[in-house]
Amino acid sequence: MNALPLVLTVFVACAVEAVEALTIVLAAGLTREWRSTFQGMAVALVVLAGVVAIVGPALTLVPLQPLRLVVGALLAVFGLQWLRKAVLRASGYKELHDETGIFARQVAAAKTAGEVRRGRVSDWYAFTLSFKGVLLEGLEVVFIALTFGASQHSIGWAAVGAVSAVVLVAAVGVAVRAPLARVPENSMKFAVGVMLTSFGVFWGAEGAGAAWPGNDAALLVIVPLTLLMALGYVALLRRARQVAAGASPVAVGASAGSGPGPAARPEEDGR
Amino acid sequence: MKRIRAFGAFWYDFVIGDDWRGAAVVAAAIAVTAVLVAAGVNAWWLLPVSVLAALGWSLRRATAGKAP
Repeated sequence: MNALPLVLTVFVACAVEAVEALTIVLAAGLTREWRSTFQGMAVALVVLAGVVAIVGPALTLVPLQPLRLVVGALLAVFGLQWLRKAVLRASGYKELHDETGIFARQVAAAKTAGEVRRGRVSDWYAFTLSFKGVLLEGLEVVFIALTFGASQHSIGWAAVGAVSAVVLVAAVGVAVRAPLARVPENSMKFAVGVMLTSFGVFWGAEGAGAAWPGNDAALLVIVPLTLLMALGYVALLRRARQVAAGASPVAVGASAGSGPGPAARPEEDGR
Repeated sequence: MKRIRAFGAFWYDFVIGDDWRGAAVVAAAIAVTAVLVAAGVNAWWLLPVSVLAALGWSLRRATAGKAP
């Protein structure tokens, strides 16, 4: 298989996660203090590097078919979650992911938290906020890069996609010093959900012993088919909302416009 | 014990998330694919159909009764 789809998928997925981690780091650094924020970020990066150092080489020792079975199942389940949330966002049943809003909430919480010193960390709140943000978003980066890379026996190419996304987002973040609200995150999340689900389905079926018609070229059908189905679900759910709004005069005013209506639920996590 | 439970809960939420039924459908579809392949049927079509149906089912459950 050509390495380009692998690198692009990992790049987009990792860029989305890096943007989210950047928002948290900026909120901690700008509101509290940079030294503790960087300490938290550095410890999280060391933990992530440890995970990659242990799991990465171990995955290369596993035979390809059982690896694809496990990775395919995990990616299909993981991708299904991304896609489900992306469709709910696109159809207005869930709040759109908004970095500016998330940044404002993090800043408000950081301003009210007390200052506690622990050992060499002068601001424990900034340290833990930064550590958790980078670790949790980073784990998703590691998960996607390792599963994609191992399934194609090209962890190197997956690492290229992941590292270049993180470096690009970090560089833009340093230059802008504000959350990257103009990045089309919701569209990127939709695309990542489609790719994760498609690759999960492809490798899962291969791992179970099935042979795809056209081998790797089957992905040229699976990816557009998954995208079309997801867009179809968005259209159906939008239509259902419009019909329900038409039947309920009280709700019409509240649900007008393209943003999420009263049925939208707040963002729960980074996916 | 509490930490082990928290560790398990974290990974459950990380991989499976809000709707465990999607994961159950994926696991069942892969198992059935393997059984069919062992019986000589090249069931490459089963997993994509199951996953896309599971997505629709999960969306239906998530939005039922939540329209404006």
